[in-house]
Amino acid sequence: MKAFVKGLMLLAIVMVKPSFAALDIVITEGVDAARPIAVVPFVWQGVTPAPSSISEVVASDLSRSGTFKPLDETGLGQRAIGEASSFNPEMWRNVSAEAVLMGNIKPYGNNQYLVSFDLVDLVKAQMQGAGPQARSEYLLDSRQTVISAEQFRQYGHRISDIVYEKLTGIKGAFLTRIAYVVVEQRQSNPYQLMIADYDGYNEQMLLRSPEPLMSPSWSPDGRKLAYVSFENKKAEIFVQDIYSRTRVKVTSYQGINGSPTFSPDGKKLAITLSKDGQPEIYVVDIASGALQRITNHYAIDTEPSWFPDGKSLLFTSERGGRPQLYQVELASKQVTRLTFEGEWNLGGTVTPDGRSLIFVNRTNGKFNIARMDLKTRFMQVLTSTKLDESPSVAPNGTMVIYGTTYGSKQVLAAVSVDGRFKARLPAGEGDVKSPAWSPFL
Amino acid sequence: MEFNKIVKTLAVALPLMTLAACSSTSESDTAAGDATTGSGQYGANGAGGIEMGGASQMMTPEEQQRQQFQELRQDNVIYFEFDRSEIGGTYAQLLEAHADYLTKHPSVRVLIEGHTDERGTPEYNIALGERRAKAVAKYMQGLGVLPSQMSIVSYGEEKPADLEHTADAEAKNRRAVLVY
Repeated sequence: MKAFVKGLMLLAIVMVKPSFAALDIVITEGVDAARPIAVVPFVWQGVTPAPSSISEVVASDLSRSGTFKPLDETGLGQRAIGEASSFNPEMWRNVSAEAVLMGNIKPYGNNQYLVSFDLVDLVKAQMQGAGPQARSEYLLDSRQTVISAEQFRQYGHRISDIVYEKLTGIKGAFLTRIAYVVVEQRQSNPYQLMIADYDGYNEQMLLRSPEPLMSPSWSPDGRKLAYVSFENKKAEIFVQDIYSRTRVKVTSYQGINGSPTFSPDGKKLAITLSKDGQPEIYVVDIASGALQRITNHYAIDTEPSWFPDGKSLLFTSERGGRPQLYQVELASKQVTRLTFEGEWNLGGTVTPDGRSLIFVNRTNGKFNIARMDLKTRFMQVLTSTKLDESPSVAPNGTMVIYGTTYGSKQVLAAVSVDGRFKARLPAGEGDVKSPAWSPFL
Repeated sequence: MEFNKIVKTLAVALPLMTLAACSSTSESDTAAGDATTGSGQYGANGAGGIEMGGASQMMTPEEQQRQQFQELRQDNVIYFEFDRSEIGGTYAQLLEAHADYLTKHPSVRVLIEGHTDERGTPEYNIALGERRAKAVAKYMQGLGVLPSQMSIVSYGEEKPADLEHTADAEAKNRRAVLVY
């Protein structure tokens, strides 16, 4: 049966205290390997104090990427420069960094501000010396734009994206969001579905419920979230528009309605249903509710996740005796086992380039996040935290956010896909779990 | 590791077995006591050697049902081994009591909740929790309970009974609960 309830209002939408605060991010490993970069505090050309700092946002972004390590202000060759024409390579001769970012912020009338920035290749500048001719050689990027006071943080992330891409060749993922579930067991409505900027700022509650909320998953356009809610004392899958505050109930079958993930075209969800007995993988058309059964096995099949081409699914199955990762081709329904190493491998997701898997590995009873290269089948355990689960990969494929246990709490943590950079996002009130990284916004 | 597990299981199972043992011995003790000590138990001894006995009031069927129901509601949790859904032999009596009540009262419905500890992924645990709840339902069906009297929901690791992250807490969270 198609159970559609359209246009339901949200139970609640309010601004709340951050459940994970970016300011408190604890980088636990990987600082030494990061590449030094100079972020000169942007020059404020107004009379009254600046609305907020853009360069601080950029510096935090770059250090949180795990790739860069912004220098202390005392280590800069020049301060109070806002454009490349004031940059003097002589004064940076002894500074060891690969690039210098500098910028100006000017009031532009009526809550508007003109922001400009220049990115200089310091290594090239050090080799070539001063002079206007040389400048065009070492100037990597130069831009300006007009923004409002409310857009300062967002534009900071935009600059970070540009800097990151210029220096690494990889698209930055700083203008992204994270969805997650906060559980405050002592509250009467303990379960909260939240979204925030990737760094924990601008946290917003999308739904609060007395019963569990699980498994948020983003639509490819970043507008919608699919999730599981037990608000009617049974598992049901909803798709909610995060801007219009409306939602649709997609499935409400008997038994498990779980693990929704959007297809790459955004029209379907891969889900788990147990209506026919055992948990099986299905694909449901969101608009019509039409179901397509993908797996058929007496063992547990769950946690479907799409390969980027949309032609097959990764899923967890117990058909081999213990949970392992399998691939099923949607057209032929042909199933192939992918993981063999370790006791269990489950909760998998495919990296955006389609080349590797990120999943939960259990070895010697310990649950950690691991990566496996699909071609070589080489598996690497990335984390050493406790009871790791729910890995979600950044849209540029560089970082994984996941749920873990720290002290007596469930918190979010991040690890780079090479396992070098590790950070913890300490929780405020309650447990934080089931993170889902948005696509590029 | 394995030894630890056994100890944990015993820690859960032993008190239950002891409970079962207690109730059965006390029943037989009472019977024996009645036979030997006779009237000595009853009433106050009067001056002229008169002894007065009295019967306790019979419970109405409704009261009996209510009392039985209260007992069932208090003894309604089945614990499981890690990643397992087999029902331990120690729960035979508990489940028989519930099945007995349900077969005698076909209009009563029970919700069987399946839960897991926090190890493993949330979605895998939803599947495991459902398997535990289904194992209980199947057992009860074997004892004559109608499938229409039972419904199932799995909460996986989302509703822990014990919020700690210890092995003890994990053992308490691997459970199926019969809810009326």
